[in-house]
Amino acid sequence: MVDASTKKALAQITLLKTKAGPRDGELWVQRLKEEYQSLIKYVQNNKEADNDWFRLESNKDGTRWFGKCWYIHDLLKYEFDVEFDIPVLYPTTAPEIAIPELDGKTAKMYRGGKICLTDHFKPLWARNVPRFGIAHAMALGLGPWLAVEIPDLISRGIVTHKEKDSGGDASK
Amino acid sequence: MESPELIKNLQARVKELENELKCLKSSNSAAKPAAERRGKIAEMSSEVVDSNPYSRLMALKRMGIVDNYERIRDFTVAIVGIGGVGSVTAEMLTRCGIGKLILFDYDKVELANMNRLFFQPHQAGMSKVDAAVNTLQDINPDVCIEAHNYNITTMANFDHFKNCLKNGNLKTDGQVDLVLCCVDNFEARMTVNIVCNEICQTWFESGVSENAVSGHIQLVKPGETACFACAPPLVVATQIDEKTLKREGVCAASLPTTMGIVAGFLVQSALKYLLGFGKVSAYLGYNALEDFFPTMALQPNPQCDDRYCLEQQASYQKRLSEMPPEPVKEAKEEEQITHEENDWDIQLVADDAASEETAEVTPTLAPGLRQAYTLPAERTVCAGAEESVETTEQSLDELMAQMKGL
Repeated sequence: MVDASTKKALAQITLLKTKAGPRDGELWVQRLKEEYQSLIKYVQNNKEADNDWFRLESNKDGTRWFGKCWYIHDLLKYEFDVEFDIPVLYPTTAPEIAIPELDGKTAKMYRGGKICLTDHFKPLWARNVPRFGIAHAMALGLGPWLAVEIPDLISRGIVTHKEKDSGGDASK
Repeated sequence: MESPELIKNLQARVKELENELKCLKSSNSAAKPAAERRGKIAEMSSEVVDSNPYSRLMALKRMGIVDNYERIRDFTVAIVGIGGVGSVTAEMLTRCGIGKLILFDYDKVELANMNRLFFQPHQAGMSKVDAAVNTLQDINPDVCIEAHNYNITTMANFDHFKNCLKNGNLKTDGQVDLVLCCVDNFEARMTVNIVCNEICQTWFESGVSENAVSGHIQLVKPGETACFACAPPLVVATQIDEKTLKREGVCAASLPTTMGIVAGFLVQSALKYLLGFGKVSAYLGYNALEDFFPTMALQPNPQCDDRYCLEQQASYQKRLSEMPPEPVKEAKEEEQITHEENDWDIQLVADDAASEETAEVTPTLAPGLRQAYTLPAERTVCAGAEESVETTEQSLDELMAQMKGL
C-alpha cells in the first residue's frame, strides 16, 4: 500500500502526538499547535526542495481550513482554492479536502468538490490515527490526487491555464 | 459606467423571477396536494375496505405475525442520509404508518440521482429532505415528519443532531426509538456511531459497496454488539479481485436494485426490532453476484477506540450480572460467537491467513466476509516517518502567524 515515493514524502513530515478533536477543549488547542508545527515544517521542507505546492490557514478555532494549492504541468502553473472542515471526530476521521471550483468536472470527486480519497488515503489514515495530521492529509491525500487528476483534466481541456494567476504570490 | 444600471435591472429581474417561482411553488406543492391529500386518520383500523390505507398492515395481526401492529404509531425513527437507501427506507416506514420520522441530509436532488428510486426529475435542485417531506406527507399525512438540512459531521451541527436524537421522541420527548444510518461515507457513519455510543442509542448501519453489487446492514446495540469503531468495517466478498476492479474515472457506481434490496432489509429488520417479531441478525450481508446472504454475530471489542463504547460495554456487563436466573445462560453465550440463525450451515473458521500484525485484532469472520482494511495490533506507524513534533513554547497565535508568513 505504501510505495517508495509515499515513504519518502512521509519521512519528511513530523508526526503528531495528541489525540484530540475540536470537541476536546484545551487538548484541541494542543493538537492544533502540533498541526501548525507539522505544517510549517512540511512547507519549509517543500520550499527547500523546490517543491512548494500549497498554502493553508485556518479560522481561529482551527475547525475550518482554506488556502491554495498549485500544480505545475508543462512549465505552467495551475492554481486552485482548497478548503475543508475538521470533522467532529477528527482525528479518527480524516478531513474531507475539497476543491470547489472543480466540482462536477471530474468523476473522482464527491459533491461540493470533495476529492475522492477512499482508495489511496483513507486506509492509510485509519492505520495511523492519531499520528497523522493535516500535513499528511495534504501529502498523501491531495498531492497524489492532483498528480493524477490535473494532467488528465488539462488534457481533456476542462482545466485551462489562467494567465493572470501565473505570477501570483504563491510563488514567492 | 453602465454597471449600477445593470445591477438594478438584474435585481428587478431576480425579484420578478422569485415571485414567479413562489407562485409556481404554492400552486404545485402546497395548494394542490393539500386539496388531494387525505385527512388524517385518528386510529388505525383493521377493517378491510378499499379506503383504509392500513387494512393490509393490520392483517399481519390476524395472520399471527405481529401482536399489536398499531404500536407502530408510537415509534420515532431517525434516518440519517436521504439518498438511494435512506429515501426508500423513509418511504417504506411512511407507508407502514410509523409515528414519527426525523430526516437528516445536506445534499440536493440531482439528475444524476435518477438511477435510484424515490426522487423525481422535477425535484432536481431541491434539498433532499424538503423533496422527501413533500412526497412522504402526500403518501401518508398521518406520519409526523421532521427534517434537518445540514451536515452532521461538522462542529456547527453536531450538538443539534445529538439533541434531536436525544429529545426527538414523539411520545416521550426522550430518545428516539431507533436510528437508521443510510449515509455513504465513513465520516458520517462514525459520527452516528459516536453519538449513539454516548447516549446508548440502538441503531442500524447500512451500506452499499461502491461497485454496487454488495451491501449490508448491521445492528448496533451499544455495549452489547460491536459498534462501528470496534473493528474495521466488514465487506462482503464479491469474488472480484480488487486489483482488477476498474476505477478509471469513477468513484462509485450504483444500482436501484441493490439499494432497494438493502433498504428492504433495513426496514424489515427495523420493523422486527420495533414490533418484536422474528429474529434480528446483528449482521446481514448481501452479495448480488453470488446471491449470497451471510449473517453473523458481532461482539464488541474490549479495546475499542471509542471510550463511550467501553463505558457502554461495562454497563451492559453490569446489567447482565444484575439480571437473575436466565441471564446465566445468556452470559454463557457471550463467551462464544453464536449465530441467531444458520440455515446455510455457515461455519466459523480461524483466520489462519491473518498476518502477524493483524492477528490480534482480526475477529473470526463468517466465510465470505472480510474487513475493509486491517489495523496494526499496536498502532505503529507503517512507513518511514520517525519524527514526532516537539513540545513548543510558541503560542497558537504565533504559529498561525508564522504559517501565514511563509
